[in-house]
Amino acid sequence: MSARTLPLLFLNLGGEMLYILDQRLRAQSIPGEKARKDEWTDVDRKRVMNDIISTMFNRKFMEELFKPQELYSKKALRTVYDRLAHASIMRLNQASMDKLYDLMTMAFKYQVLLCPRPRDILLVTFNHLDAIKDFIYESPAILNQVDETFRQLIETYSCLPDGEFQLIRQTLLIFFQDMHIRVSIFLKDKVQNSNGRFVLPISGPVPWGTEVPGLIRIFNHKGVEVKRTEFTTAGNYVTPQREGSFELYGDRVLKLGTNMYSVSRPVETHVAGSSKNLASRAKENTVPNPLAKEELNFLARLLGGLDIQKPAGGETGFRLNLFTTDEEEEHAAQTRPEDLSYKVINIEATQEPGRRAELSRILGELEVAEPRPGSAEKGEDLLALMDGL
Amino acid sequence: MAAAGTGYRRERALALRNSSSALYNNLTVLCPPARPPRAFGAVHGTTLSLLGPEGPPRQLPARGGGSALSTPLLTQAAWCELPARVLLVLTSQRGVQMYEADGSTLVFWHALDVPEHPAAHSVFARGISAAGERFICVGTSSGAVLVFDIPPKGTNVTLSEVLEQHRDPVTDIAAEQGQAPEAAGDLVTADDSGTLCLWSTGEEFTLLGRIPGSGCTCSSVTLWNGIVAAGYGNGQIRLWEAGTGQLRAQVSAHARWIYALDLAPLTGKLLSGAEDSFVHVWKLSRDPDTDDVEIRHCHAECVTDTQVCGARFCDPAGDTFAVTGYDLSEILCYGPA
Repeated sequence: MSARTLPLLFLNLGGEMLYILDQRLRAQSIPGEKARKDEWTDVDRKRVMNDIISTMFNRKFMEELFKPQELYSKKALRTVYDRLAHASIMRLNQASMDKLYDLMTMAFKYQVLLCPRPRDILLVTFNHLDAIKDFIYESPAILNQVDETFRQLIETYSCLPDGEFQLIRQTLLIFFQDMHIRVSIFLKDKVQNSNGRFVLPISGPVPWGTEVPGLIRIFNHKGVEVKRTEFTTAGNYVTPQREGSFELYGDRVLKLGTNMYSVSRPVETHVAGSSKNLASRAKENTVPNPLAKEELNFLARLLGGLDIQKPAGGETGFRLNLFTTDEEEEHAAQTRPEDLSYKVINIEATQEPGRRAELSRILGELEVAEPRPGSAEKGEDLLALMDGL
Repeated sequence: MAAAGTGYRRERALALRNSSSALYNNLTVLCPPARPPRAFGAVHGTTLSLLGPEGPPRQLPARGGGSALSTPLLTQAAWCELPARVLLVLTSQRGVQMYEADGSTLVFWHALDVPEHPAAHSVFARGISAAGERFICVGTSSGAVLVFDIPPKGTNVTLSEVLEQHRDPVTDIAAEQGQAPEAAGDLVTADDSGTLCLWSTGEEFTLLGRIPGSGCTCSSVTLWNGIVAAGYGNGQIRLWEAGTGQLRAQVSAHARWIYALDLAPLTGKLLSGAEDSFVHVWKLSRDPDTDDVEIRHCHAECVTDTQVCGARFCDPAGDTFAVTGYDLSEILCYGPA
């Protein structure tokens, strides 16, 4: 609904992706001198992070992102992250990419849900950006790119009223609706229940600008306060200490959006296959997708601006596994429930003029004058077509 | 019979085909004058889930998606009870859909002016209320309130007036449910900045008064016996004198954004639901000697791990109520303890 939602969605999901990749790369890295040719080193890790971050904050890409537009489906958005994750020498199998996307989306869903005020989503975004700047502090050029985006965020969002932020939040919550994937780290920390739903605390500091519930004040017809009464509830709230900073630098106060992973806390997900709410869950893959063509346009525009470096000749990609062993990854790929498959679109939307022309030709061919009756699966056919590229 | 009748307990949960979206006032209940059965409706993304007294649950989709446009999102749905008929009204990013009460027939469709390419300011309709015996009022994101003249039967609905007093997106509209005192008006409209407008309905609507907002969104509003009860984004409930615009009560009611208010006209009970997982029942009254407005807390219900997005009384005395929550695929029903 809010046409200003995409930049916040993209940057926060991207931030979570970087936290996870960084943690997995550290967990799998070998000290430089001991590494074999096919094993990760610290130097490799930094290089991967640099490559992905500089691709993410590419100026042209950001320009497209910040244009007012509606949110696209999870499918379309997943394709962008697929490309991003492969913006360097790193390679991920489908199963690992699925798990990565599950973790990213559940983490940001949690952050959006628990934000005290809708405006605090901006603080969550700043937390992610602060951490991203930490990842690449040694590269002034990329740091500059990130700061540019920071400034654009401040310019676009700082002056929005609370009601508009709530609309953005509502738009995000519609995007995340019915996702209940269980994440190990959330279950351990007791922020998620075993049914996949997040724990919403009824204690702690109230949002900045809200009073602790309990007071009733009565005024007479002249506006003079004549009575005060109190009521009590099960909640146990306190006044907040201070407000987080919305400047380029500052203490955000809010912890949501900071890195919750570390080498000692591996990233696991349980993919909830059968649940009694299966019938009520939005089955995105079986609903015909009339948006397919517009989504492809969006992707072509967005990905066209990405400057993806292909590995130089002779250099093979290094594979990153989001699971503990290769067998686990293989098993996850085979047992992933059908209704949770992302059916990724494989589009080679690169800068190469030849390729771009081909994409345009294909998009042109998709110009259907009249929807044919009974072509409910048309959207699915288009996506299958693109898969074959 | 329970003495003060102020206690409630969870009675049952009605299964919905879809979960409810995080939208203001996301529950509508049709209470026929006779005892239950009743009908319920809650919005899920692009569809309205309907639960009737008989038959399987149904869904009504949002209208107005062309081949180039995505399926529009619904913002709200409400049954509007007029003396001659009851209509089910849906608002979305594209416009206003009106159906017969059982959702079977589309009676009227009003398309909003939607720009070719998305602009920074979102376009949508939101805020629905029956008004003045033969009108249905619908708010929009531009602040304009559309007044539709509803014929006693048939599809000849016309746009009778456009009220342009709000400068921010409209959030909710409510009609007087009791007896309006002199010059108090019988309709209140609310917006994102917290501004409330009081109107007198008729062939031409007249603006009687304006209560300026302070930047804090008023997401839900009710009007009863000349008292405006408004729920805000900072968790406060405020009671205003409709005739004078005077603040009569301020309650630090919730720890998070209020999403729904409802009023039971026979008793003056007020229901509030918010993102903090709580639903509260209050009692409004007026002291006959001092004319002071009174509000007292009756009952608190915590819907564990749920952000409440809809709350409605299911009978005019307020003995029963129903609640919806974000991501919840049920309607929770509460009755007397």
